[in-house]
Amino acid sequence: MKQPNSVPCSELLLRETASQTAGPYVHIGLALAAAGNPTRDEEIWNQMAKPEAEGEHIEVVGTVIDGNGDLVRDAFIEAWQADGNGDYQREYDLKKPFNSFGRTATTFDRGSEWSLKTLKPGPVAHASGQPMAPHINLMLFARGINIHLQTRLYFEDEIEANAACPVLSRIESPTRRETLIAKREEVDGKVRYRLDIRLQGEGETVFFDF
Amino acid sequence: MQDDNRRFVERDRSWHPPAYAPGYKTTVARSPRQALVSMQKPSVSELSGPDFQKLRMGPHDNDLLLNFREDPALTGAAGLPVGERIIMFGRVVDQFDKPVPHTLVEMWQANAGGRYRHKNDNYLASLDPNFGGVGRCLTDEHGWYNFRTIKPGPYPWPNDTNSWRPAHIHISVMGPAISTRLITQMYFEGDPLIPICPIVQTINDKDAVETMIGRLDLPRSNPMDCLAYRFDLVVRGELQTYFENQ
Ligand SMILES: [Fe+2]
Repeated sequence: MKQPNSVPCSELLLRETASQTAGPYVHIGLALAAAGNPTRDEEIWNQMAKPEAEGEHIEVVGTVIDGNGDLVRDAFIEAWQADGNGDYQREYDLKKPFNSFGRTATTFDRGSEWSLKTLKPGPVAHASGQPMAPHINLMLFARGINIHLQTRLYFEDEIEANAACPVLSRIESPTRRETLIAKREEVDGKVRYRLDIRLQGEGETVFFDF
Repeated sequence: MQDDNRRFVERDRSWHPPAYAPGYKTTVARSPRQALVSMQKPSVSELSGPDFQKLRMGPHDNDLLLNFREDPALTGAAGLPVGERIIMFGRVVDQFDKPVPHTLVEMWQANAGGRYRHKNDNYLASLDPNFGGVGRCLTDEHGWYNFRTIKPGPYPWPNDTNSWRPAHIHISVMGPAISTRLITQMYFEGDPLIPICPIVQTINDKDAVETMIGRLDLPRSNPMDCLAYRFDLVVRGELQTYFENQ
């Protein structure tokens, strides 16, 4: 045991285990069907809202694009969001109509889109007390990504809430703020939002540290 | 008084590998060029995360010796995967050495020949009809997890003209919030491929590499059965002043 007050405080803390890329075969472990493998009874996947869930049902889709403008076909994404009332439902339970957590991956086919079937989240309070505009927190893992990238998806039809959101306001450049705003589409009467995540270069998505 | 809205010790990004690490070539076009935007005050969005205690797991989800058979009729010794039988176990703790109980730990790996069961892996080594390569479990109330598996083989990959991955097991942990989310790889103590691996070399600090080494634990091995490798995971430290229901 270390004598109190004898070492710098930083030495009293353990260091975090270092991160490594999830690699090209992340699907084996975290997205079994995408690897082409049999699934287990319960898997964590992209249907966050069942049809009976209360709230506005939406689909969220997008691609991931690298610094050459090419599609990233082996990206794996996790989503964490509030329900329609703005509450995070911490308990993950596939028997519930809605789960705040979901997983998705870009596909290996030409379009290479990820997608989530979910509810439009309600506003959540910021630490300052102000409401944050409705958003979905995204974590992105892939081959060539050494530590996962953290971003947020906002909704283009929340103009006022977006303008007042204390987190969006943290982003100095209004052009860069736009990289987080998903575009609304209607497909067969269903509402769909699209956000393409650009890893590098022109239109590079804002990634957060927290 | 500490800020009530800080829940975790800040992540030291110089300890982790940088996004751009050109020795690992795929990072070149997949690394952001802009600085990360710091959230000065994280909110419940970052400070909360999923709890998987209600996720229903199968009886062999953490036993890779038993959880996959191409031919389900094969059981017992006839249905066992090829390779060195091992136990991979350890504790999930935070930076204050506090156990992280009931958190989801997931892992995946190649078989003994270094081949992954994945539709995109075409390596020469053959698939093992009795090995899938995926496991998951929750830590117990003291933060312990364990898997039974086989030791994966090293495999070649297209980076430099002759790059080989050291034997490794990919491992994923959630921790108490999305702020503590971490995916890493466990390497095996003494493997000569570790120091020359371009992915390991993305990390600048030798001590940080040590945090990814699973160590042989002979006392915890099962005599005449399997060796044990211990791998503790450390996630961001949880400060004591945060109250969930603020
Ligand atoms: Fe691997």
